[in-house]
Amino acid sequence: MALNVTIHRILRHRRFLNSANSTLHLTNTRCFSHAPSPSPSQSSKANDKDPHSGPSSLKDNELAKFAAISDTWWDSEGPFKPLHLMNPTRLAFIRSTLCRHFKRDPYSTRPFEGLKIVDVGCGGGILSEPLARLGATVTGVDAVEKNIKIARLHADLDPTTSTIEYCCTTAEKLVEEGRTFDAVMALEVIEHVANPEEFCKSLAALTNPDGATVVSTINRSMRAYATAIVAAEYILHWLPKGTHQWSTFLTPEELAMILHRAGINVEEMAGFVYNPLTGRWLLSDDISVNFIAFATKSQNAI
Amino acid sequence: MNRLVKRSVSNFFALKIPSKSLCTGVVKVPGSNVAEILNENEKKENTTSNSIQQYDIAIVGGGMVGMALASFLASMPMTKQLSVAIIDSNPALSGSMSIKKEDPPDPRVSTVTPATISFMKDAGAWKYVEQNRHAYFDKMQVWDYTGLGYARYNARDVNKDFLGCVAENKVLHSALLSCIQDSDFKRTIYPLRLNSMTLNRSSMSVVEENMSSRESSSAQGQCARLQLSDGNSIYAKLVVGADGGKSRVRELAGFKTTGWNYSQNAIICTVEHPSENRCAWQRFLPTGPIALLPIGDKFSNIVWTMSPTESNQRKSIAEEEFLKDVNSALDYGYGPHPTSSLSGTRDLFSWFQMDTTVSANESFEVPPKITKLVSERMVFPLSLRHANSYASKRVVLIGDAAHTVHPLAGQGVNLGFGDAYSLSRIIAEGIALGTDIGEVNLLKKYEAERKPANISMMAILESFQKAYSVDFGPFNILRAAAFHGANYIPPLKRTIISYASGEQNFPVFL
Ligand SMILES: Cc1cc2nc3c(=O)[nH]c(=O)nc-3n(C[C@H](O)[C@H](O)[C@H](O)COP(=O)(O)OP(=O)(O)OC[C@H]3O[C@@H](n4cnc5c(N)ncnc54)[C@H](O)[C@@H]3O)c2cc1C
Ligand SMILES: C[S@@+](CC[C@H](N)C(=O)[O-])C[C@H]1O[C@@H](n2cnc3c(N)ncnc32)[C@H](O)[C@@H]1O
Repeated sequence: MALNVTIHRILRHRRFLNSANSTLHLTNTRCFSHAPSPSPSQSSKANDKDPHSGPSSLKDNELAKFAAISDTWWDSEGPFKPLHLMNPTRLAFIRSTLCRHFKRDPYSTRPFEGLKIVDVGCGGGILSEPLARLGATVTGVDAVEKNIKIARLHADLDPTTSTIEYCCTTAEKLVEEGRTFDAVMALEVIEHVANPEEFCKSLAALTNPDGATVVSTINRSMRAYATAIVAAEYILHWLPKGTHQWSTFLTPEELAMILHRAGINVEEMAGFVYNPLTGRWLLSDDISVNFIAFATKSQNAI
Repeated sequence: MNRLVKRSVSNFFALKIPSKSLCTGVVKVPGSNVAEILNENEKKENTTSNSIQQYDIAIVGGGMVGMALASFLASMPMTKQLSVAIIDSNPALSGSMSIKKEDPPDPRVSTVTPATISFMKDAGAWKYVEQNRHAYFDKMQVWDYTGLGYARYNARDVNKDFLGCVAENKVLHSALLSCIQDSDFKRTIYPLRLNSMTLNRSSMSVVEENMSSRESSSAQGQCARLQLSDGNSIYAKLVVGADGGKSRVRELAGFKTTGWNYSQNAIICTVEHPSENRCAWQRFLPTGPIALLPIGDKFSNIVWTMSPTESNQRKSIAEEEFLKDVNSALDYGYGPHPTSSLSGTRDLFSWFQMDTTVSANESFEVPPKITKLVSERMVFPLSLRHANSYASKRVVLIGDAAHTVHPLAGQGVNLGFGDAYSLSRIIAEGIALGTDIGEVNLLKKYEAERKPANISMMAILESFQKAYSVDFGPFNILRAAAFHGANYIPPLKRTIISYASGEQNFPVFL
């Protein structure tokens, strides 16, 4: 099957950034922030949760890593620091693509009012909370129960985020329940799942016709290897050693292809680049290390 | 109670544009023991619950910089829906002290740069300054007592109409207040002082196990609690310390400062002269600089630095005596007028002359003769103080709370306006991206934007201070040479002017 998915690297979201606020310097961070190798006792505890029955996208050793450090989700200097720092950058991408797709006013303070969004692999809710502040009706799901507990406690600290629905479950289970959403987010999750292709099918099934899907991950390029694994895990010690397995990474082309097979078309892609001088992340058209894709459901391809 | 707090806060967010009627004027509630000045909207909320008010932002200190922040927030679509509490016991905030153009000028004035003016124009506050006494100046003359050098700057050199504008602090302050009153911004003014502050920085791991305690820890968990001088408290997601050089917020949040006092004082006062003045004058004397700044009509403001003993003596001497001293300091006192600009060190710089600007050919002028003292003489010590950090979780410092400089070059308030502008933009950006506005990563962006600019301005002022407060003997010649250089090298001079006018971040000068 020929892969004729065009990857649009036109960073149309920049239009919004420039016009809305010329001082928007997006501080950004690593898209990959993960857990240290778990201690054996924690891993067994993390894995005996109920969403783990039947065919699933779960990879137990990956989940154990997250369970081991779940209480550090909201420590902005902790293991998830990279996700905290990169959050504004990916939200800028999500804000501009969703505003355009759903014809929302980009100058509104709550442009996602009325949109139902699911955050698959929400972790402690680093992405779910800003989505709720932007007006969305958010459902956050994660396979690790501890993450969901932390996410719930943290969201309840602020009335605007306490409306988020958090569940310890998987994308597959939500599909079985027949739930659908206007937009489906899976950021920094696909590199941790057992079967990316099946996972993408679940994401597609959760997306309404005319809905949108956003996926971000790390590229399987030599530069990603150097930057994400060697630099982040070994040199900068941003991430615990062993967080990433290079072989499980997808290239942008592979991601676009499996999304396409699942019935969703990538319309826009952007990279995140790290500026070591400023310590910030910027959106760019360089997708060789970290990238984010915005896709829409193509009704005829199902 | 928690529920009430929750509801009123989510209403703030749900309400996109509050009803127009609310903020036409700030009304003092007579005899109210809470002593709050509330707009209609909040009065209603207050009667429905006795719960502690919760705000998005609490600005502690409603001086020029705190009010500038409020007016910048009120003027942007992303931030104008925020609920803001302003805490300051200064009676000027009640709006009852109206300003008249004919009032005698106040000795406290600020020289505002074109950058500050454009911030105030953006916010809609500048038109109110223009309705009151103010003075644009298009020339600046700096010289020194040795008679060797002088520099004249002209707005034409940088293709501008003016180099800056001088206005009384009360004029700037009331312009910002009027601008906020014009808007439908949801602000509440508490005519009180901040006593103490509780920052809830507990980590999530503590609460991890007891899901049942969720209700009790909720709602305020994301907020700082501010205890006010009447015993009441309020909550805010972000506390802005705009409470001046002796900042209580800075102290309570544990920000350390670096700084020292100079063994020098400044005398400030307002004087009158026979005709209008459109030039800012500054002369360096062996004891420190004296500046004469136009403030409109036939008035100018004096900022004169000297030793504490001298300042105490000059504060109390008879008016005629004082005026004689001022006139001598601005004219022949301590040394001769500089000779023509073609003197002494000229050869050193002659290769630059092909690019001579108009003002390089302008000759030295003698400042206007002072004929009358029209305000009290105020004395204050010079000091330099800088907070080592401007931001932590839920707390941020702006203005003099973050940095206090001496009034030489009149940069104090301009740095503060720059802070307020930057912070307002960063808050807007945070809101656009759904960020918690008290999040430390967001606030650190503000710090990263402002700290280098403030430090380099402080370094410049510091080196000026060092260079001019001591008589270094032969060093005076170098200083004079530097003046000549400045007068003869148009690109460099442009840089100096644009730096002093707040348009550029890094000076190549000094
Ligand atoms: C006597 C004097 C003369 C000056 N002259 C010049 C000059 O000629 N040119 C120049 O550029 N700069 C000058 N400066 C500096 C300039 O005034 C300041 O840089 C500028 O006012 C800073 O504004 P601000 O709003 O940060 O602080 P401030 O103007 O100091 O305002 C702080 C506000 O906080 C309030 N406050 C303090 N503590 C509390 C508390 N615990 N709770 C609630 N509210 C509180 C105060 O009531 C005040 O209204 C002068 C300063 C002084 C003191
Ligand atoms: C790197 S974190 C990303 C968190 C969040 N999406 C963000 O970007 O802020 C990956 C999260 O995915 C969760 N996860 C991994 N595999 C999963 C699966 N198959 N189904 C649901 N969640 C999964 C992990 O528990 C972890 O919380």
